Amino acid sequence: MMRHPPDSLFPLAVSGLDFSVGGERLLSGLSFELEGKGCTAILGPNGSGKTLLLRLCHGMLTPTAGSIRWGEATPVQALPSQAMVFQLPAMLNRSVRANIDYALRLRRVPRDERQRLVQEAVELCGLTEVVGRNARVLSGGERQKLAIARAWVTRPRALLMDEPTSELDPLATREIESMIQRVVAQGVRVILATHDMNQVRHLADDVLFLEYGRLRAHLSIRDFLNYQGDDTMRDFVAHPTRSGAIS
Amino acid sequence: MSDFGEALVASAGLLTGLNPDLLEIIRLSLFVTLTAVCIATIIGIPLGGLLAVKRFPGRGFVVLVIDTFMGLPPVVVGLIVYLWLSRSGPLGVLGLLYTPTAMIIAQCLLVTPIIAALSRQVIADAHGQYDEQLRSLGAARWQRIATLLWETRTSLLVTVLAGFGRANAEVGAVMIVGGNINHVTRVMTTSVAYETSRGNLTQALALGIVLILIAMLLTLLLHQLRRLNVEPG
Repeated sequence: MMRHPPDSLFPLAVSGLDFSVGGERLLSGLSFELEGKGCTAILGPNGSGKTLLLRLCHGMLTPTAGSIRWGEATPVQALPSQAMVFQLPAMLNRSVRANIDYALRLRRVPRDERQRLVQEAVELCGLTEVVGRNARVLSGGERQKLAIARAWVTRPRALLMDEPTSELDPLATREIESMIQRVVAQGVRVILATHDMNQVRHLADDVLFLEYGRLRAHLSIRDFLNYQGDDTMRDFVAHPTRSGAIS
Repeated sequence: MSDFGEALVASAGLLTGLNPDLLEIIRLSLFVTLTAVCIATIIGIPLGGLLAVKRFPGRGFVVLVIDTFMGLPPVVVGLIVYLWLSRSGPLGVLGLLYTPTAMIIAQCLLVTPIIAALSRQVIADAHGQYDEQLRSLGAARWQRIATLLWETRTSLLVTVLAGFGRANAEVGAVMIVGGNINHVTRVMTTSVAYETSRGNLTQALALGIVLILIAMLLTLLLHQLRRLNVEPG
């Protein structure tokens, strides 16, 4: 049977988080807490540590100092209850259906249940037309849909997404955003690293703003959009396109 | 040119007439080569996989040695195996010199580094591409290894075929350790060298044709496998 996520996955508590490589500190003193509903956007210029923070929360990396707790669990212990969609997801050399099925086979889900869950994921993510196609020949948008389907099919409580639309055209971007909205509506906690201020406006309930590996602010979306300071964060709010280009 | 033409016609006659001596040589060649390649695969792919995904002290040196051994001169390998298996050598008591087993050992030494080095590259590339994604999906270590091997199966098979091609074309090492003894250790390549030196171009050419046909078959297989690997499945 599929392992169901523990109820105690939230809050996600990050405390005094440092991460260094070769003596260079890439994340420094991050502390914040996220509750179990909605969508949080992680925003910041390139090199600010957004992807790194997601990878640490997902258990792919170990903090140099500080702690990350999903409820009572470490990120590695919480792995069965959370999933991550990478910016450039790796697709197995098999069909769309088999790629989604693979995530369930790893969790030893019985065949009948797997078929049902795969079908649901295919429909939710709009992959019906390409379900038998080899995943390696999909377009960028279809690949991202498949990555979300493969992550969602395991019924995670939290879904971490690393710039899922950075490589996509506006149409594919809108499709992915509407998928994210459907996933959030199903009660999945989404944490989204992005450069796209429009995406932040459409999807986010709150914003973690990173700069130079430090947490500049953790604000509700309303407070973030009304931010009046005179700095990089204001530049993001006031000139989203230029900020994206600079970053 | 007319000599060549006549020899070509006569060799085609030998092949189509299923000459027993010729078949014996072909059979022994394939037995030695296939056995050597099987053993080299069993050693080479796990070794390549280990070097691709594990970090340990001395790994760089091992990689350097294996990469260097890819271009090992066959006659040197033959000489080393000869020294080990000769009556006064450390393994002389086994009495393996001038037997097909000695030829298999020599071919193994030549082919294992090729399969190990090529499969290390194949598995390292796949590891870089898939490992984080597989860990993210919750795959245990053994599940990640199984998936990597499955995903790279076509490329790994290509490395095995490359090893087979190398072993099948080998002449220097097997000549030294096998001795090219008729009905015992005479294989296609050593036979071609021997018959040519005797002026018996018909048999040499017939075996040459078989060697070329095997090489063509291998190339065809490699092309098909490469196509399979990139086309939708």
